[in-house]
Amino acid sequence: MAESYRRSRWSHALFVVPYLIVFLTLLVFPLFWGMWLSLNKVDLFGGAEFVGLRQYARVLSDPVFHQAVRNTVIFVAVSVPVLVGLGLFLALALNRKTRGAAFLRGLYFSSTILSVTIVTLIWRIVFIPNDGLMALIFAGLGWEPIGFLSTKGWSLFSVGVATVWWCIGLPMMLLLAALQQIPADLYEAAALDNASKGRILTRITLPSIKPTIMLVAVIQIVMQFQLFGQALLMTNGGPAGTSRPIVMYIYETAFIRWDVGLGAAASEILFVIILCAAMLQYWISTRKEEV
Amino acid sequence: MSAAIQINDVTKRYGALTVLENIDLEIAPGEFVVFLGPSGCGKSTLLRMIAGLEAVDSGTISLGGDRIDTLPPGKRGVAMVFQSYALYPHMTVSQNMGFGLQNIGVAPRDIDRRVKAAAETLEIAHLLDRKPAKLSGGQRQRVAIGRAIVKEPQAFLFDEPLSNLDAALRGRTRLELAQLHQRLGATMIFVTHDQVEAMTLADRIVILNERRIEQMGAPMEIYQRPATKFVAQFVGTPAMSFLPVSGIEDGARGVTLDVAGAGRVETGVHLPATFARENASLGIRAEDAKVLTPGEDGVPLRVKVVERLGDRAFIYGTLSDGTDFVVEDAGRSTVAAGQEVRIGFDPDALHIFDSAGRAYHHTEGA
Repeated sequence: MAESYRRSRWSHALFVVPYLIVFLTLLVFPLFWGMWLSLNKVDLFGGAEFVGLRQYARVLSDPVFHQAVRNTVIFVAVSVPVLVGLGLFLALALNRKTRGAAFLRGLYFSSTILSVTIVTLIWRIVFIPNDGLMALIFAGLGWEPIGFLSTKGWSLFSVGVATVWWCIGLPMMLLLAALQQIPADLYEAAALDNASKGRILTRITLPSIKPTIMLVAVIQIVMQFQLFGQALLMTNGGPAGTSRPIVMYIYETAFIRWDVGLGAAASEILFVIILCAAMLQYWISTRKEEV
Repeated sequence: MSAAIQINDVTKRYGALTVLENIDLEIAPGEFVVFLGPSGCGKSTLLRMIAGLEAVDSGTISLGGDRIDTLPPGKRGVAMVFQSYALYPHMTVSQNMGFGLQNIGVAPRDIDRRVKAAAETLEIAHLLDRKPAKLSGGQRQRVAIGRAIVKEPQAFLFDEPLSNLDAALRGRTRLELAQLHQRLGATMIFVTHDQVEAMTLADRIVILNERRIEQMGAPMEIYQRPATKFVAQFVGTPAMSFLPVSGIEDGARGVTLDVAGAGRVETGVHLPATFARENASLGIRAEDAKVLTPGEDGVPLRVKVVERLGDRAFIYGTLSDGTDFVVEDAGRSTVAAGQEVRIGFDPDALHIFDSAGRAYHHTEGA
């Protein structure tokens, strides 16, 4: 009896077949098909022609792609630390059992459930020239108005503000959950050990939630590299492409100019960039522990 | 290094619920005091109030003559060992032990010296560079004690520190704690619900029950002369047997009781004239009763279970009126379940309780 349990049988695989089918058709197949597409010159109506790495050469020599990569890297480099830092600050501030804190937790998280259309609509109202909230504030203070959505530099900044507002809920909730996992007796031991508030934060709290901080950072790097909807709806990548992210470049090449092979090649490059960035972040934050 | 602790009229409430009421207690310098009581009696709360982890609602707590109940925990001069040890998981053993000293600005060289000295004492010097996750339960426990020792506190507070250890390790650590107390000569308060820990470690046991101190005294005093029925029941394994008393007659040696199920029982206890004679009960510990040899006249006991511990055996049975009774017998006892045996009592070791639970014992020379 025990022997038959131990012996592996092909019939056992039937139990995982339903999931395996979904996994293969919806995840593995598109992944490899995308890679294959990036090696072809694809005409939607006429089929594909294998061109080797020529599409990659085209993407990498395209100045518009260079600009999109630069925009995206700057966006990620600024928005991810802000999301992690602000998320941590809110989590620390709201980690208490009062009704006010519970209300504010709900309030800060509520923006996360909105669709990107609503989020960009709200922030267009804030940033739009003449009648927007910022315009009214600037006018009230007697300052020179800024075209937040139409000025170089400010347009990407505005997209970043809307993004942080939209995405802050998840980092805050993950970090709050991590804070609540810290055993209360560690804080009691620290109180008996005469630790100041600053020392408790840096020596007890932050080290205890370090794995979650890392997780939040990796999630946000992966998410923010895929910036698209906010940029499309708020600035349409403008002015002069200064707020065009990589995904928007892919969208424009593959679905507006129907240059599917080129779009696929750009997608693969984005995939590699995200992978490297996430691995780098993971490596940096775990390096010290190995010693 | 050791200081006296005075607890004056301390009360603790959580909303409408009073957990401790008007507690008065003095602990001498260097004394090892154990707070013993059932779950929820407030013993841990009292300890945490001394540590500063719970606020005092009224009353005062002093250490070495200075009032400490208004000070933050770190400024009270006490060190605490937690039930869960509460070691900082991301710090090494030496960092764990030195953290408190770092916080008060002790020079790194002195921290190092004190940590090493404490580690030597506790035989954990080879673990100093490890993190708590890499330690066994017993080793963590030692680190937690080491963390308390390096602070050289005026008093040590232990909150059920042995309850997470297995039986063998608990026994060994108990001995080591007793030795540590002798060596350091420090004031120690130890909270437990385990009466063996209390009996073996304490200079003095404080028994807490339902918001107040039920009795305090040396371990053998608590065991042999419990102040109340609660203490008599709570301390001692197996628990004391209680028999209802239906009549009391005064005599020269002591009172003679009419006990349903045991007939007339002569005792060496003298009761005061004020003793309320209704609903009194007789308490007998298992070792104060004995199984008589066949043919001797005694109280009949129908044996239900015989529990053999090797050196002795406990015989659980019922008296003729159905009352449960336990009697101790020799390890080689031939008594078996289902038998009827005769038992006798030592008149001077009997305890009489009035309806309020107050205890009366035999007095020497009376």
